[in-house]
Amino acid sequence: MKDFAQLFEALDQTTKTNAKVAALRQFFETAQDSDKLWTIALFTGRRPKRVINTTLLRQWAAQAADLPLWLFEEAYPIVGDLAETIALVLPPAQGHRDESLTHWITTLAQLRPLDEDAKRTAIQDIWNHLPTTERLLFNKLLTGGFRIGVSQKLLTRALAQATGQEEAALTHKLMGDWTPDTTSFDALVLQDDPGADASRPYPFCLAHGVDGNVADLGAPDDWLAEWKWDGIRGQLILRDGQFFLWSRGEDLMTHRFPEFARALDHLPQGTVIDGEVLAWRPGAPLPLPFADLQKRIGRKTVPKKLLSDAPAVLHAYDLLELDGRDLRDQPQAKRRELLDNLLQNTPTDCPVTLSPRVDFDTWEQLAALRETSRDRAAEGFMLKRKTAPYHAGRKRGDWWKWKVDPLSVDAVMIYAQAGHGRRANLFTDFTFAVWDGPDLVPFAKAYSGLTDAEFRAITAWVRKNTTQRFGPVRQVTPHHVFELHFEGIQASPRHKSGIALRFPRMARWRKDKPMGEANTLDDLRALLSQYG
Amino acid sequence: MVLDFTDRGIYCPAGDFYIDPTRPVDRALITHAHADHARPGMGHYLSADATRPMLDHRLGKISSETVPYGASLQIGGAKVSFHPAGHVPGSAQIRIEVAGEVWVAAGDYKTVADGVSEAFEPVPCHAFITESTFGLPVFKWTPDADLRAQINAWWAANAAAGRASLIGAYSLGKAQRVLAALDPSIGPILTHSAVEGTNRVLRAQGVALPPTIEVTQDTDPKDTPGALAVAPPSALDSAWAKRLGPHATAFASGWMALRGIRRRRSVDRGFVMSDHADWDGLNAAIRATGAEKIFVTHGYTAVFTKWLREQGFDARDIDRQDSATDESDDG
Repeated sequence: MKDFAQLFEALDQTTKTNAKVAALRQFFETAQDSDKLWTIALFTGRRPKRVINTTLLRQWAAQAADLPLWLFEEAYPIVGDLAETIALVLPPAQGHRDESLTHWITTLAQLRPLDEDAKRTAIQDIWNHLPTTERLLFNKLLTGGFRIGVSQKLLTRALAQATGQEEAALTHKLMGDWTPDTTSFDALVLQDDPGADASRPYPFCLAHGVDGNVADLGAPDDWLAEWKWDGIRGQLILRDGQFFLWSRGEDLMTHRFPEFARALDHLPQGTVIDGEVLAWRPGAPLPLPFADLQKRIGRKTVPKKLLSDAPAVLHAYDLLELDGRDLRDQPQAKRRELLDNLLQNTPTDCPVTLSPRVDFDTWEQLAALRETSRDRAAEGFMLKRKTAPYHAGRKRGDWWKWKVDPLSVDAVMIYAQAGHGRRANLFTDFTFAVWDGPDLVPFAKAYSGLTDAEFRAITAWVRKNTTQRFGPVRQVTPHHVFELHFEGIQASPRHKSGIALRFPRMARWRKDKPMGEANTLDDLRALLSQYG
Repeated sequence: MVLDFTDRGIYCPAGDFYIDPTRPVDRALITHAHADHARPGMGHYLSADATRPMLDHRLGKISSETVPYGASLQIGGAKVSFHPAGHVPGSAQIRIEVAGEVWVAAGDYKTVADGVSEAFEPVPCHAFITESTFGLPVFKWTPDADLRAQINAWWAANAAAGRASLIGAYSLGKAQRVLAALDPSIGPILTHSAVEGTNRVLRAQGVALPPTIEVTQDTDPKDTPGALAVAPPSALDSAWAKRLGPHATAFASGWMALRGIRRRRSVDRGFVMSDHADWDGLNAAIRATGAEKIFVTHGYTAVFTKWLREQGFDARDIDRQDSATDESDDG
């Protein structure tokens, strides 16, 4: 695993994109094929099945390091990463087994049927024969999660350079339902047959937010507008008599949304549609709140009751493939026209429906319409240039999100918790409260929106103003007021306040505001009745 | 009690003096010249001979008296002596003996040799006051020879790529340790004026450092291609750093042992180099004193105290503040 460890160190020791790409490229030019395949898999979130649970790993590590378990547990949150904590506490290795990345992954798979004692002996023996970096990487294989500051985009760029391919084509090849056990480096990367896997999705086209004046986009006539829905971005694939539903995060959701099987009755094979999965009861004027859709995500299979309580539809807005032909190079307006034709005559019980186009002549007109977004359960508009191809990934210029301004509330911080990884030993996760008479009622959590400097300042403050600890959570003296922004508000019986927010984040630390002037629960209820 | 823990610092009733006091007092015994130990405004200072030049450099005109390492001095009912702490050049532990009972306040200390500081000396005692900055078993330092090789390899690679190298290191102690680790055959060595000021004091004291070029108004760092510059961490992302032209950055600190902290620093490299004892160093130092009573200050006090108690020591956590430190400490 020496070469993989060198790659990891090179990636870890620089903040510069070019240096990272160069290191990856060198690895892809020199490593053995199975190691390259595994590296692609690991860096795109395809990790080996977990062989040992982390509770046992902690015990075995503490034992191997001759430390009491409590001391190991105290050190873990300071380090913020279990694999790293284990690598750091273990005594120096007694030898070096210089084996490949693939060898260690295979070894782990072979441990699966063994009993606990045999697993422990094997793991502790391996720990004792790996230098620190390789030990850390081996532990990463054990614990899953390989986030090391390399995006899929960087990985793809390096691989494209190393193999002399187009980046976009390669992005497409790397998508889909493969694992290193079902393919080879040659089949996945080098061979030129993207149709080989019926389930393989196209890379999603992503949008930036409009950051200036929308009129700067140019003539209204050059643009298509659609409502931006608050659901799950999904790509529905109908090929070979089967259907596949992918989320934007490249998560195959087919089994969680069995109702899309009916799409096969109404739409032809060789069709790929981009749209928004929404929970929407037949005949209802508006979709159900995101919280109802969320119940469908967290499970492997869906009980009947949930299927009827929160039936899913795909609100279609783009057509990527028709009759097995890739349409992504066609202009947006043409694709939309084909989509309209495809869906105009489908019956009302077809789970795929058209996301309506919004006609407009002037930007002012559209801006006025945007103010009605919340009434339509939308977040604003998507603006798409009529001549644009369907890009792979996030590219500036052709697709824009034009969201309605967020809702806002001033709240008091009452609990704080440390972050993980890069944010370990900074307090970054906060619970906020509003006034209910003389009491502060917690209603939201947020962990983003502040600068590193602000997080450092608030961390120092939390340390000095902790009143009580509940495990990792600190109760602090109520004092600081933060302006929270959020996209939506819903009634929630599961929360003490009776309210749940959508995408809450810290917009500003209101040092100017005394906590007595923070908002009240009644203020939130008023927002709920207006926008909920 | 030979020593008392007060809100002004560690106090010795028998000799009526404080060790590294936090507020102005009449008589202060100083372990070393870092700003969180040697503060201005004391009526009278007492330190080891080796500490004095830096004290004068940092505090200006003060009323002070010094004694050689190991020499005893009677102050009231207390017999006092200073012993090398290995933390930075001129740092000391303070031994206090009252009516046959010996306490040692170690201040900040490090047990491994670093090429510039006087070597840590274990002092037998009944009670030992230890720091715990890195009092967790995840902190184990890289051997000095490996560290030197890493730094020089990084510098050489940058020089070969046509980049300057910039290491952030505190100007007293860490900076000189970095300088002493450098191989001057790789290229010229530049210093920030804060570092060079300390260098001048220490060179005059006999600390051997490689030749350095101070970056001033009149020098253009771009005239010295392939150079390595040593500057305080605050200069890493400043106008000063821009003058170096294209350069790679590194930070030298014990905290660089943790990836999360290293990444938050957003420097290219983190070298695990500390002025403080690591986990093994703390444990070895405590055992070497033969003390039964251990007072734990500064750092992961609660955790380290609990550990020492399990090891059979009569250990006490005397830090009333939160135990979790962060990398803003000198590390």
